[in-house]
Amino acid sequence: MAKTKPINRMRCSLPAISINEQTARLLLSAFLMQADPTAEELADLKTAVSEAVTNAIVHGYPDSGGQIFITATLYEDRLFRVQIRDTGCGIEDIPLAMTPLYTTSPEEERAGLGFAVMEAFCDRIRVSSRTGKGTTVTLEKRLTSKQEPGKTR
Amino acid sequence: MHDSVRFEKENNRLTAFLCGELDHHTAGMLRLQIDHMISLQRPKELILDFSAVPFMDSSGIGLILGRHRKMTEIGGSVFLQQMSPRIAQMVALSGIEKTIGQKEES
Ligand SMILES: Nc1ncnc2c1ncn2[C@@H]1O[C@H](COP(=O)(O)OP(=O)(O)OP(=O)(O)O)[C@@H](O)[C@H]1O
Ligand SMILES: [Mg+2]
Repeated sequence: MAKTKPINRMRCSLPAISINEQTARLLLSAFLMQADPTAEELADLKTAVSEAVTNAIVHGYPDSGGQIFITATLYEDRLFRVQIRDTGCGIEDIPLAMTPLYTTSPEEERAGLGFAVMEAFCDRIRVSSRTGKGTTVTLEKRLTSKQEPGKTR
Repeated sequence: MHDSVRFEKENNRLTAFLCGELDHHTAGMLRLQIDHMISLQRPKELILDFSAVPFMDSSGIGLILGRHRKMTEIGGSVFLQQMSPRIAQMVALSGIEKTIGQKEES
């Protein structure tokens, strides 16, 4: 996807504790307000980010705590991109991890659907990871333009 | 702090009215409360009501599947009711609606 100029960016880091799943969704909603997304686009992105942040907490830092780094960028052409990064244990086999229903923690009642949800609700997902170093998930979604040509709101 | 789930019991049917956002953070406490109630009441039907759930991610699917397993163990079953279109979409994506029934409000 060709990138145009970024018009705004938010960077934040949060301790990897479960209450921050909600914090991350609220920060994302606040940042997205300027772009006036549709209710559906907002819900899609909140769900996808919730999945990535939960994964960092549950899988990235299974016993020791750590930090989650979130970078959200809004581009001129209404492309929205959000990166969720942890410096935890990393993923050994990314294609396997991304297979729907695959989970390494079934005993914790995980469904193995996080990546499938991120794929379904975003235009594009990129996962990079190194074992022992951490994982970065990049999600992209183009927000629809509410101003139809010839119409003013 | 208000309760995140309220229960109603009628004959062999236990209804759990979930309340609030359903994510990994809230699922743990919900699971404990619902399972406690299942052991006490041993219902034939567990109904999960989503009318007061504004947000749910895959942790909610895990919660539903876990309760399905638990109810199957005691010879009962799970039904879902009052899902928003958004939550129904998550459920459809998971494919669990093939094993878990959905109820119209009765
Ligand atoms: N940030 C991460 N660090 C390390 N491993 C990860 C990370 N994210 C995902 N994984 C691995 O990928 C697997 C699949 O992730 P996915 O989110 O699809 O399912 P899940 O988290 O296991 O279940 P669910 O998301 O449905 O609760 C996980 O079980 C885990 O092994
Ligand atoms: Mg997950």
